Amino acid sequence: MSTTDLQVHNPVEDLLRQDRIPTIWCPGCGIGTTVNSFAHALLKQDIDLNKTAIVSGIGCSGRVSGYMNLDSFHTTHGRAIPFATGLKLANPELNVIVYSGDGDLAAIGGNHLIHAARRNIDILVVCINNMIYAMTGGQAAATTPSGSLSTTSPYGSYEPELNLVQLVDAAGASFVARWTAYHVMQLERTLEKALKKKGFRFIEVLSPCPTYYQRKNNMGDALQAMLDYKKRSKIKHGCPTWETAIVPGGDIIVGEFVDREREDYLTRMRKQLGPHYSEFPPQWDEQESMGCSKEC
Amino acid sequence: MPKGAVAITAERCKGCGFCVEFCPTHVLELSNAFNAKGYHPPHVVAPEKCSGCNLCGMYCPDFAIFGFRLQENGQAKGVSK
Amino acid sequence: MTHADPRCVLTGTHFINGDAACCEGALAAGARFAAGYPITPSTEIVERFAARAPEVGGLFIQMEDEIASSIAIQGMVWAGQKAFTVTSGPGFSLMMEHIGFAAMTETPVVFVDVQRGGPSTGLPTLPSQGDMMQARFGSHGDYAIIALSPNSPQECFDLTVKAFNLAEEFRVPVMLMMDECVGHMTERVVIPPAEQIPVYPRRHTKKPPGEFRLFEPGEDLVPDMAHAGEGYKVYVTGLTHDERGYPSLSPAAQKKLVFRLFEKIRRAADRLVMVESDQLEGAEVVVVSYGITSRVALRAVQMARAKGIRVGTLRLICVWPFPEKLIRELAPKVKALVMPELNMGQVVLELERCAGGQCRVISVPHAGGTVHDPAEILAAIERGAQ
Repeated sequence: MSTTDLQVHNPVEDLLRQDRIPTIWCPGCGIGTTVNSFAHALLKQDIDLNKTAIVSGIGCSGRVSGYMNLDSFHTTHGRAIPFATGLKLANPELNVIVYSGDGDLAAIGGNHLIHAARRNIDILVVCINNMIYAMTGGQAAATTPSGSLSTTSPYGSYEPELNLVQLVDAAGASFVARWTAYHVMQLERTLEKALKKKGFRFIEVLSPCPTYYQRKNNMGDALQAMLDYKKRSKIKHGCPTWETAIVPGGDIIVGEFVDREREDYLTRMRKQLGPHYSEFPPQWDEQESMGCSKEC
Repeated sequence: MPKGAVAITAERCKGCGFCVEFCPTHVLELSNAFNAKGYHPPHVVAPEKCSGCNLCGMYCPDFAIFGFRLQENGQAKGVSK
Repeated sequence: MTHADPRCVLTGTHFINGDAACCEGALAAGARFAAGYPITPSTEIVERFAARAPEVGGLFIQMEDEIASSIAIQGMVWAGQKAFTVTSGPGFSLMMEHIGFAAMTETPVVFVDVQRGGPSTGLPTLPSQGDMMQARFGSHGDYAIIALSPNSPQECFDLTVKAFNLAEEFRVPVMLMMDECVGHMTERVVIPPAEQIPVYPRRHTKKPPGEFRLFEPGEDLVPDMAHAGEGYKVYVTGLTHDERGYPSLSPAAQKKLVFRLFEKIRRAADRLVMVESDQLEGAEVVVVSYGITSRVALRAVQMARAKGIRVGTLRLICVWPFPEKLIRELAPKVKALVMPELNMGQVVLELERCAGGQCRVISVPHAGGTVHDPAEILAAIERGAQ
């Protein structure tokens, strides 16, 4: 049965820049899987896609922005969040989503992650955690589980790994969740919820990197990684984030951990400024007071 | 009459096998055929079992497959353009 | 060109320092958004802006570092606003990657650098002009920018407005290269009525989404712009890109893009020349300077003229692009060009290149921390006149 006969159409494709597909991602890379959940969540939420911007940094996950048929910003390494901060503050009407990787958001961009959460900037951050620097060839990351092999930790990493959800929770995010690429439906629902919420929202998604992380650590292919997620995941909504550390071979605690009400940056600013804040628009009538024509 | 069907864009497939593994009714298998990039795309081995749940589409990292529900008359439901 | 919004302009005569004048210049130019990180001697600019911005419906956000500030302002620009950041040496170093990003993505932003003594933490409260080459070449790869250098609080106002206008016209990052002396110097600053302040509006495309290509250049090689949230589905990347903005990682795409980024500035170089000159006609020595150094040089010039030496002055207001043609024409007519700078000799290298051996080029270097002793400049003039 062919799709043309049935006139069927994958709704996800409306959200992709068709002329940019196929993606650069390796076979079995989980990033594309998360994009399905993201696309469905966007469609179901009936969000104005003309007012939705997606910002990425650098890396494999950093390529997501460029595949989405939204206002796409592929910024510098680690700086997606401060760019998104500027975008949101200068046009509060925009839905701003940061979609990037663990190395980008949590290592080189770690400072920005903390402070955007602290300020409660009204953006949604989706962090694809593949536990390694994949684009550059499999180097150890801040999220690489201790003892793991990578191209820069050939004897096993000596460093403890960073628990992103705990970090972001401590910094004050409004919403914090974790899923894996295996949890496509749960991720979609959580994304839907997060898209509706105001404030700094953070969703970590564990995703296979069969080319580097899985291969280097003899963990099989991407499918095995997905089955491993299925086996090791324990859904614990509301779990205190200090109990969610990911240890090699141990349980992977997933779910929606934090959902709290906190005023976001702009709401608080407006409130605090009160009458001192002048709503600038309605636009000053340019035509009327223009000294000379635009063409001069 | 199956409740659903899948549409496959074989040229986009990178052969990860997610769709085959996670199809709840085991509709798919990787074929022996190659696509232009040398991967084995999935093919439908048990069309009658398809429920059109689109879990294959949700898992596919390469936007190469998706499932859709069929109406009584065999027409696609809700996903037409 | 349109003109400034009267609601943002503090028309009148003020007695303020260069930093405050710079802030007022930014507001007059239409910038209602800024991001920054505190650093001496630039902080007064954003302190004032933080107080003024809410009055005009804008905001200042103090970011966690200069890296964040320099990219947040670019987010503000792509959201449809005019924005700037302000820093000094160490912070300017941190911003370098995003100067390249702004050049690559043709984001019209202004970076203000109130220069202090370096390298490293150097002399936080004392002047220098040590970042002039960094302003031009600091980010990796090849790109062109515009850099202006004011020598008075009045010019801090005027050139800040100019910097925004040039950024919008050419869609390049523009550097306002102040120094501690000019920033902290308090003088009379006259802010004209809004209708006398020309403001270059955003080059927004008139094409509808679908017909518009984000990086398709116009006749002046500068593309029009569209913002996030307008339905254009813009695609902005720091990767080498084609006219749609899509990554295109080939030598051919690289050549096309990088040549254009250079050419759009080079082609306008003659128009961008901003100098102030005095008694060039018949001069045997010309003192070439910029920023605070030009005011110190003036004393040396007066002393030399009193001694009967025919000295002309040439002050660079726009340092980058460098007034190459002017120097090529001037060099054969004089015995020497003397260039005092509050650095170990940076812009003088460009002067030397453009003079092309047609006259002597005498550098008067200074490590910074204070200004030149006019006697040092006088000695160089006397040497040049021999």
